[in-house]
Amino acid sequence: MQPQTKAELSSAAFAKRIRARVLRMVRSAKSSHVGSVFSTVDLLAVLYGKILRLDPSRPDWSERDRSILSKGHACAGLYVILAELGFFPESWLDEFYVDGGRLAGHATHVGVPGVEVSTGSLGHGLALASGMALVSKRENKDFRVFVMLSDGECDEGSTWEAALFAPFHQLDNLTVIIDYNKIQSFGTVKEVLDLEPLAAKWHAFGWSVREIDGHNFTEIEEAFRAIPEQMGHPTCIIAHTVKGKGVSFMENKLLWHYRTPDQEEFRLALSELEGE
Amino acid sequence: MRGAFFQTLMELAESDERIYLLVGDLGFGVVEPFLHKFPKRFLNVGVAEQNLAGLGAGIALTGRVVFTYSIANFPIFRCLEQIRNDVCYHRANVKIVSIGGGYSYGALGMTHHATEDLAILRALPEMTVVAPGDPGEVREATRAIVAHEGPCYLRLGRAGEPTIHSSLPDFQLGKAIRVRDGDALTLVSTGALLQTAVKVADLLAAKGVQVRVLSMHTIKPLDQEAVLAAARETRAVVTLEEHSVIGGLGGAVAECLAESGELRVPFKRIGIPSTFSSDIGSQEYLRAKCGLSAECLLDTVESLLETVQSL
Repeated sequence: MQPQTKAELSSAAFAKRIRARVLRMVRSAKSSHVGSVFSTVDLLAVLYGKILRLDPSRPDWSERDRSILSKGHACAGLYVILAELGFFPESWLDEFYVDGGRLAGHATHVGVPGVEVSTGSLGHGLALASGMALVSKRENKDFRVFVMLSDGECDEGSTWEAALFAPFHQLDNLTVIIDYNKIQSFGTVKEVLDLEPLAAKWHAFGWSVREIDGHNFTEIEEAFRAIPEQMGHPTCIIAHTVKGKGVSFMENKLLWHYRTPDQEEFRLALSELEGE
Repeated sequence: MRGAFFQTLMELAESDERIYLLVGDLGFGVVEPFLHKFPKRFLNVGVAEQNLAGLGAGIALTGRVVFTYSIANFPIFRCLEQIRNDVCYHRANVKIVSIGGGYSYGALGMTHHATEDLAILRALPEMTVVAPGDPGEVREATRAIVAHEGPCYLRLGRAGEPTIHSSLPDFQLGKAIRVRDGDALTLVSTGALLQTAVKVADLLAAKGVQVRVLSMHTIKPLDQEAVLAAARETRAVVTLEEHSVIGGLGGAVAECLAESGELRVPFKRIGIPSTFSSDIGSQEYLRAKCGLSAECLLDTVESLLETVQSL
């Protein structure tokens, strides 16, 4: 679907810049996970572009919304966003995944303003987010907490410990976004450890669940603006996404969890991303 | 020790609104006063230790001081990666408290024997590891870890340990307390075995042998100065812990002595051999089984003294 409204166009333009910059970073650093980044980009473009209450000049501002990228391997997109928002200079992106660089290959908070917490081992984000949301709730603050999980991360028992906790404590200031691209490290989710019925599972745990097309900017923005869907319940947005979204030969391919594009692939991918 | 801890925690929470207490569905009969007095700062997370540590880190990262409390290995091993990544790497102000160090829950079986905790937590960057020797040290240690910014592990014994220090010691994290003095050898003790160390020292003193006893309540950072002074000023160094001989107090002191260069001092680690205990019995019974009773310790120390004298 082509973006049409003004809101869609601005998010689409942001997402386009993010993908192209990520592709350059991954190519120059010879790093992996480009497919895992591309499935998150449209969601994060809207979240950071339009939803989160942040102040790049005060990354430690106590009243900021918290956003945790629990799938820390998709950090390249987050770094690009933070640079675009002004948390740090754009030039830092050249220091991704290189000797002596500033930006690690999994989301790392040390020395990087705007990265809320360091992630990389799956299954940690939701508990951290729940702790933050609990403080906001109990101490009558109004900051909100967002955490993006991968689908593979829903294999982790720790994810479900926290999933059980948050509705019980009525954390309606907490939102989980599941990047449901349906491919994990060793194969499709269906082949490895099927999560279905995923929405029913989260619903049964007490979450208010909304399923969206994670590449439709209107649906994404509507979902974020509807939070909390139900007072007293945390929200789970299951975003159906496409691994490698935006580059035809990367889409829905496990290979691009790992592969770095060669020169020709890079050229082709960039022309797709920067073309119309 | 348990009573001293909770009493002190209540006092601290009264004046420090940052303090939260999180429990993993344990603490029946002891955490209720906190729950009733500070309901907004108390949380029973259920039987979910990964969540306990992760939530604790999340709460701490909003500027609070979080105590996570459970028994034996539960607040540590199941959630070790949360402790490493979420607590330590973020230098989150989380204080992990375990009741039931060593064989405190002896007859409950192997799952409840906390016998490798010091070694494992000592290996984590940013982590301060504390095992107080008596209720007075527990009070001081509890205050000290709140004053200290960053991750701490507080290993407690059980309830009912005797008071060793007649007055509250001058307590500093990372500074051993000299409980007895002498030059025949030094007994370096950590945790609740302090009473055993003191008893042995007193039995030896009655025989005219003066030994030094150090309460090494902080395993990390280790008081290297006190260890090196013991090596210089006394004729042997013996470590005593209700913990595996691998990697805990004995390991830490051995590392210190081995790297000190010029010092050559007879050295012995007394603790639990690196095996699981399948014996059934009380803490006293299991301690005696692996040579940690006062009688066994006295024998070991006397034979070491003979060896030292013949050198």
